[in-house]
Amino acid sequence: MDPSIFLILVQDGLTSGAIYALLALSLVLVFTVTRVIFIPQGEFVAFGALTMATLEAGEFPRTAIMLLGLGIAAAIAGYLAERRVITKRRLAWLIAETLLLPAVIFVLALWLAPRKPGLLPEMLLALAIVTPMGPYIHRIAFRPLAEASTLVLLIAAVGVHLTLTGFGLVFFGAEGSRTTSFASGSLALGPVMVTGQSLFVLGASIALAFMLYLVFELSLIGKALKGTAVNRLGARLVGIEPSLCGRIAFGVAAFIGALSGLLIGPITTVYYDSGFLIGLKGFVAAIVAGLVSYPAAAAAALAIGIMESLASFSASAFKEVIVFTAIIPVLLWRSLVHTRLGEE
Amino acid sequence: MLELRDLAVAYGGVLAVRGVSLRVEAGSIATVIGANGAGKSTLLNAIMGILPSRGHIVFSASSLEGLPVEARVAAGLGLVPEKRELFSSMSVEDNLRLGAFLRRKEGRGAIAASLDEVFGLFPRLRERRRQLAGTLSGGERQMLAMGRALMGRPKLLMLDEPSLGLAPLIVRDIFEIIASMKRAHVAILLVEQNARAALQIADLGYVMENGTIVLEGSCEALRSDPRVVETYLGIAHA
Ligand SMILES: Nc1ncnc2c1ncn2[C@@H]1O[C@H](COP(=O)(O)OP(=O)(O)OP(=O)(O)O)[C@@H](O)[C@H]1O
Ligand SMILES: [Mg+2]
Repeated sequence: MDPSIFLILVQDGLTSGAIYALLALSLVLVFTVTRVIFIPQGEFVAFGALTMATLEAGEFPRTAIMLLGLGIAAAIAGYLAERRVITKRRLAWLIAETLLLPAVIFVLALWLAPRKPGLLPEMLLALAIVTPMGPYIHRIAFRPLAEASTLVLLIAAVGVHLTLTGFGLVFFGAEGSRTTSFASGSLALGPVMVTGQSLFVLGASIALAFMLYLVFELSLIGKALKGTAVNRLGARLVGIEPSLCGRIAFGVAAFIGALSGLLIGPITTVYYDSGFLIGLKGFVAAIVAGLVSYPAAAAAALAIGIMESLASFSASAFKEVIVFTAIIPVLLWRSLVHTRLGEE
Repeated sequence: MLELRDLAVAYGGVLAVRGVSLRVEAGSIATVIGANGAGKSTLLNAIMGILPSRGHIVFSASSLEGLPVEARVAAGLGLVPEKRELFSSMSVEDNLRLGAFLRRKEGRGAIAASLDEVFGLFPRLRERRRQLAGTLSGGERQMLAMGRALMGRPKLLMLDEPSLGLAPLIVRDIFEIIASMKRAHVAILLVEQNARAALQIADLGYVMENGTIVLEGSCEALRSDPRVVETYLGIAHA
């Protein structure tokens, strides 16, 4: 392997690593706030990319139907959960969040899609369709299990993953799609040509990670999420609702997932079930970080991206095998460190 | 302000609190004293909604039945729990700011004023406002827990052993602060091992044994009750 090929591979690896890093960050967020190991994260990636592809083709994205359905189910679940103590104000909020919002997005999609409004409006619309699914799924599947064990929550997460994948097949069929690149051209950086798309992905990832950091460190709602992650009972004692934090965490996860989908759409062909494998790499990075440390998760994700890219060049058939096998020693080491800590 | 009627709390099948009825009047201090394992913490946790209970809990003339913890906080209840439950990996100041989470719409000025008030009561917290809560000493944690609860402006504050593990001088300070909160028209339900200090500042006292109230009355009466003197105030009257 000569140096220039090596550098190109590293560039590819960093690009996909940046996306894994975003997914890993949102997995850590969801886990620390809700204790849910969020397997369905990858579905939002696929939905984001495929919704975007549909919009580019000038067709109505059927994920909007799903959004409407999830909204109605969330309205019912929300009402049932609170029916005995609900106030008028909370009922109004519930209706606005779960019925009004998806209806508006649905109508907007119906009106906008055939007009092919161009890249940016299409991206915003795709994000608007996919992001609210996160909070709705929390209301439907996870809020009723708030006091359940991590294992029960994991099983529910697998259930949601399978359901969403099924819907993905129904809505988008078995064929994959690729969206048009939104940053053409490239930049000569010494011996390598850095493509605009890679630069865009890296830039967007760093910007998003930085934004998340700011929100968490500076805003009160960010502190409330952090507080819930640190001490759930303590958070409740100051009036922070765990279910509200759960919805926010799921919303952020869906947003990051959909955005990741938009970012990789032009790089790889995305199928209805591609999200799982992509999400899994983010997941592995999050696990390596013990599901609690944001910087460690991001670093691990970049390493996985580079490793995958190098492996795909030298032994492409074994790409996934190599990536997932490499995790085992890290996990072993982690579990050793952890038991030692536990014994103290 | 707060009225319990025939409250019962069970762990699994075992009743830890049964048939408890008590009242806390607005602007007064009530105290529950009792030996280890009497069920005092269990009682407070049930009032707060952390533990499920049977019986009636009426607060500010409305029933708290079915309300989750956060809704009870919004209704004006506050609890400083026995284990304090601080946000250990966050700074002292962030802990206090989160204490005012439900008052976030009141604006920066109001929150800053409350923060100043709490720092006025506990100057040590001001010195350590950037320190992580998990690195505070036991006494400082206690101050932070009380400060965090005060930031929420509760109408009724429940304190679970505020003197636990504190040096005598600090205990005196803490009890002075509790008395001053009464003057600020915050009702207080105080659970204490330190029966002497508790009966000194409270208006109404309840003695709890094995999950039930065995004795109640004004604190003056309880202080001279032979059963209380013998069991909880230690020294016998010669
Ligand atoms: N989670 C639990 N599961 C089972 N039993 C419990 C649990 N928590 C407390 N108990 C039992 O309930 C009884 C009352 O406990 P509680 O903590 O309310 O006592 P306390 O009066 O606060 O005591 P202390 O003064 O030592 O704090 C005790 O016998 C205790 O062992
Ligand atoms: Mg106790």
